[in-house]
Amino acid sequence: MREQILSIIEKNSRIDLKELAIILGADEVTIVNEMAQMEKEGIICGYHTLIDWEKTNVEKVNALIEVRVTPQRGHGFDNIAERIYKYPEVHAVYLISGGYDLLVSLEGKSLKEVSNFVSDKLSTLDSVLSTATHFILKKYKDHGTILDKKDVDERIQVTP
Amino acid sequence: MRNPLAKKVVEMKPSGIRKFFDIVSEMKDAISLGVGEPDFETPWHIRDEGIYSLEKGKTFYTSNAGLKELKIEICNYLKRRYDISYHFQDEVLVTVGGSEAIDIALRAMIEPGDEVLIPQPSYVSYEPCAVLAGAKPVIIELKHENQFRLTAQELEDAITDKTKILILPFPNNPTGAIMERKDLEEIAKVIEKHDLFVISDEIYSELNYTEKHVSIVNIPGMQERTILINGFSKSYAMTGWRLGYACGPEAIITQMTKIHQFCIMCAPTTSQYAAVEALKNGDEDVAMMRDAYNQRRRYLVHAFKEMGLECFEPFGAFYIFPCIKEFGMTSEEFATRFLMEEKVAVVPGTAFGDCGEGFIRISYAYSLEKLKVAIGRLEKFVTKLREEQK
Repeated sequence: MREQILSIIEKNSRIDLKELAIILGADEVTIVNEMAQMEKEGIICGYHTLIDWEKTNVEKVNALIEVRVTPQRGHGFDNIAERIYKYPEVHAVYLISGGYDLLVSLEGKSLKEVSNFVSDKLSTLDSVLSTATHFILKKYKDHGTILDKKDVDERIQVTP
Repeated sequence: MRNPLAKKVVEMKPSGIRKFFDIVSEMKDAISLGVGEPDFETPWHIRDEGIYSLEKGKTFYTSNAGLKELKIEICNYLKRRYDISYHFQDEVLVTVGGSEAIDIALRAMIEPGDEVLIPQPSYVSYEPCAVLAGAKPVIIELKHENQFRLTAQELEDAITDKTKILILPFPNNPTGAIMERKDLEEIAKVIEKHDLFVISDEIYSELNYTEKHVSIVNIPGMQERTILINGFSKSYAMTGWRLGYACGPEAIITQMTKIHQFCIMCAPTTSQYAAVEALKNGDEDVAMMRDAYNQRRRYLVHAFKEMGLECFEPFGAFYIFPCIKEFGMTSEEFATRFLMEEKVAVVPGTAFGDCGEGFIRISYAYSLEKLKVAIGRLEKFVTKLREEQK
């Protein structure tokens, strides 16, 4: 049941709980309880909205930054990751296998703001060895959703 | 000049669906619930394999009965999913959709005047294909009170000494009915008693919302007298690829392959390569689509209950078949008014046989969002009709 609830609300967190109960063939109380429990356990971490900011008048710049760091004895990468994710302009921080250590997703108002953050704040941290900044030019697909998908039904409208 | 046409073709009724198609395609903001194919696109990895086969230059005929690796995968799949064993070499034939398999199975087995039993409501092609093959189609009218399942008694009553073949269309389009093991065991006795053959169209086998789909072939003694038909259209959302298959006793498949060889040559090569990928790595896609259909099915069953619209719970395919007899009009009148007044297209039950009168077929091969809008309109329409009746 949990997995079914999650797979639906991952795509549509606004779904009416009564409707969720109907389509899963469960009763509403069960659904409400399961969701409350999953929130408590930290399985459900939030109910966000996927926005294509490109289509608004708001200027935003996103960048992905590869960061190489020196892990600390006893803490590994956790402390440095925490230092970085505390900045509000940081959207996501992942520990990565491969050629670098942390991947930092950043959002700023302008190119300059992002560059300043990298040069002033990120690069100057003690454990940071190097950074490589990649600006995002266009988002085609985000969170499993194609942003400019045309909803055209190609099917013949009445078939046996 | 002489009449160039064959009488049996001229006498064939065109599909009753055409009329609705013409109106819907002219109408702005009409919602159609009349589609008989999945709303999902073919999963990407399957399409990719088709493209890759083209890049590699796999653009030639395959052997008549189909690619060896596809036939092997079909056998693996039937074993894995339904515990049915066929030998890939002489018991499998890859066809152009399930439709071709139905046609050539009938042509391979019918002598002029043989009777073919066709339970209805059911898919539109059985009757014309039987007629073209020279058979006399005999309709078995399935009943709402039996959830549109075929009972042993109904079968027994329809049999004469000319009866040769029973067409078994479950999970069913348009009713959504299924046959469970106990239902199949009952009719199997009659089939054996009268020495009938079965053409079992199981194209919707993956869309069964109870436990597992049971095939007539699973019932002891039936495999040797059954042509099992399945395909990729519904389960893998591959309608446009036109690919299906027939499995059965070597003696019958060999003769069907002969017809196929002369009429078709072989099923589309690109589609066959894509289908290998579907069978090898497509189980998860099938499960994902089945879950989505099932959610919509539950939503509709619930919505009809709320509306007070009489409807048995369908456990198969992606159709629901509510009864509209309370409104005192024919299925066609209902469907026409619903389309003209609320701009929603459904298919009248009569398109699938006379006994579909009093029912409409609603397809749930649509997103929940679209279904919700359409059901809102249906509710409005039903309320209006009930007001009129007062």
